[in-house]
Amino acid sequence: MGALLAVERLSKRFSGVRAVENVSFAIAAGEIFAVIGPNGAGKTTLFNMIAGVFAPDQGTICFAGERIDRLSPDAACRRGIGRTFQIVRPFPALTIEENVVIGALLRAPDLHAARSEAGEALRRLDLSDKRHQPASSLTLADRKRLEVARALATKPKLLLLDEAMAGLRPTETDRMVATLREINQETGLTILLIEHVMRAVMALASRVLVLHHGAVIAEGSADEVVRHPAVLASYLGAEAV
Amino acid sequence: MIGRLFDGVPRHGLVLLLGLGLLLLAAPLIATDYLLTVLILILYFAYTGQAWNIMFGFAGQLSLGHAIFVGLGAYAASALYVHFAIAPWIGLIPAIGIAVACGAAIAFLAFRFGVSGVYFAILTIACAEFARIGFDHFGWVGGSAGFFLPVANYSRNDLWNLRGNPTMFYYVMLALTGAALLACRALLHSRTGYYWLAIREDEQAARALGINTFRYKMAAVVISAGMTSVAGVVFAFYYNNLFPEQVFHVSRSIELILAPIIGGVGTLFGPLVGAVLLTGLSEGLRELLAASGFDTPGANQVFYGICLLLVVTLIPGGVWPPLARALRLTVRDGG
Repeated sequence: MGALLAVERLSKRFSGVRAVENVSFAIAAGEIFAVIGPNGAGKTTLFNMIAGVFAPDQGTICFAGERIDRLSPDAACRRGIGRTFQIVRPFPALTIEENVVIGALLRAPDLHAARSEAGEALRRLDLSDKRHQPASSLTLADRKRLEVARALATKPKLLLLDEAMAGLRPTETDRMVATLREINQETGLTILLIEHVMRAVMALASRVLVLHHGAVIAEGSADEVVRHPAVLASYLGAEAV
Repeated sequence: MIGRLFDGVPRHGLVLLLGLGLLLLAAPLIATDYLLTVLILILYFAYTGQAWNIMFGFAGQLSLGHAIFVGLGAYAASALYVHFAIAPWIGLIPAIGIAVACGAAIAFLAFRFGVSGVYFAILTIACAEFARIGFDHFGWVGGSAGFFLPVANYSRNDLWNLRGNPTMFYYVMLALTGAALLACRALLHSRTGYYWLAIREDEQAARALGINTFRYKMAAVVISAGMTSVAGVVFAFYYNNLFPEQVFHVSRSIELILAPIIGGVGTLFGPLVGAVLLTGLSEGLRELLAASGFDTPGANQVFYGICLLLVVTLIPGGVWPPLARALRLTVRDGG
C-alpha cells in the first residue's frame, strides 16, 4: 500500500499512566502529516517511540516496510528518520557549520563531502551567513532552523519535527512554514510534525491526527479536524471556529 | 599525509610552531641538568594531559582515575624488562594492550549500564584505587615494597632499553608529545573527532543524528588509555622505581588533569601550555622561596594553590583560548 510510516495499535504506559493508547495511522511518502492535541495528550511520547527513544509496550511501527519499534535513536536515524527536539539541542560550543557537518557525516564518505552537503542544508534554511558563529549565539528561531538543517543533512526519508514552531513569532513561523513547504515540494521529503501552532498546521499539513488522553479522537484533512466536535470540545475550544 | 595535517594552519602559526619545535629540539644544548629535568616533567604532563583531553576535552567523558593507565603501562613494561629482559619498546605493546583492555572494560561497564557524568568519574577513581590496592598485594611486581629497575649506567645511552641520561629521556618525551599533538589534530579533524565533539556537547542530540555514541565513547577511552600507558612506560624507566601507593594514587590522577584544565580543556595546545605554566610555576616558586629564605615547608604548595585558584577563577576556559586569540590563531586547535 506504499505507506512510508505505518503505526499500528501503538500503546505506551508510564507507571500506570496511559500516555499513548491504541494509536494507529499511516503516512504516505511525500506527505506532510501533523499530530495535534492538548498538552499531555501523548504527542511527544508517540514521537519518541517513532524516533526510537522509547520502545512501545504494544503495537508496531513500520518504516519503509520494516519494523523499527525496537531500534535505538541512532539506528532509527540511520534508517532514514531525522528529528528535531521540542527543547532545542544544538551543539552549543560548535559553529553552525560544524553542527550541520556532524549530521552530514552520517551519509557523506568524508569530511569534504560532508562540508558541501552541510552547505546545501544551510542554504535551504538561510543560515549560510551565520555558519561560522557558535550555535550558542543564535536566536531561538535560528536554533530551530539549525535543528532542521542538521536533521536534513542526515538525508532522512522522514523528518520528525517536535514543535518546530513553538516560541516563534508569527513572521518567523511563516518563514519556517515556507521553508518546510519548499523542502517538501522540491525533494518530496515526508514530514511528520507535532505542533501546537494551528497557523502552521493549517498551512502545512495535508492530514492531521488529533490525540487526546493518549487516544486518537479525530483524523482527516486540516479543515475537517478543526470542525470536528470532539476536537473543538477537548482542544481548540468552540471559539476556534 | 603529514602535510595535510597542517592544512588550514595560518602561515604565522606554522612559523610559531616551527620556532617552538626548534627551541625544544635545541633546549638540551643550553639547559642545565636541573632545567632539563623540569622540561622532561613539562613534556610528561603535556603528553598525558593530551591523552586525557581526548576523553574529556573531546568526547566529554571525565576520568579522574587516569593514573591507572600510567601505572599499568609502567608496571607491565618494567615487569617484562626485569623478569624476561624484554626491551621496553617491545614491552610497550603488551603494556598498551593491558591499558586498552582495562580502559575498554571500565568503559564497557559504564556505557553499557548508562553510567555517565560524575558517576562515571567516580567509577574511574574506584578502578584506580582498586588497582592501587591490588598492586600493593601483587608480589610478582614487588607489592607495596615497590618494584625496582636496575639503575642505569649513565655513561652511555641505550635507547633500545631506555637506559640513559636525562637528555635521552627528554628527546623521547619530546617525540611522544609531538606525535600526540599531531595525532590529536588528525583525530579532531576526522569523522571520529566531530562525533566526539557532538557527544560532548549533547549526547542525545548526537544519537538523533545517527551516531553510535557507545562505540565512539569506547573509542575515546581506548585511545586515551593506550596513549596514557606509553607515558607510564617512559615514566617507569626514567624513575626506575614504582610504588603502588604513589603510582596509582588519586593525587597522581588529579595532577595529570591540571595541565589541560589550566591550559584549556578540549584544545590542542591547552595541555602543553598548561604543563609549561604549572610545572614552571611550581618549580619557579620553589626556587623563589628558597632564594628569598622564606623556606617554610608547604609554603610552595600554598602559593601554587593560590595561583591555580586565580587562573581558574579569572580565566575559566583556560589560558590557551585568550592566548590563541592574541596570536590570531583559532582556539580549538591553533590551526
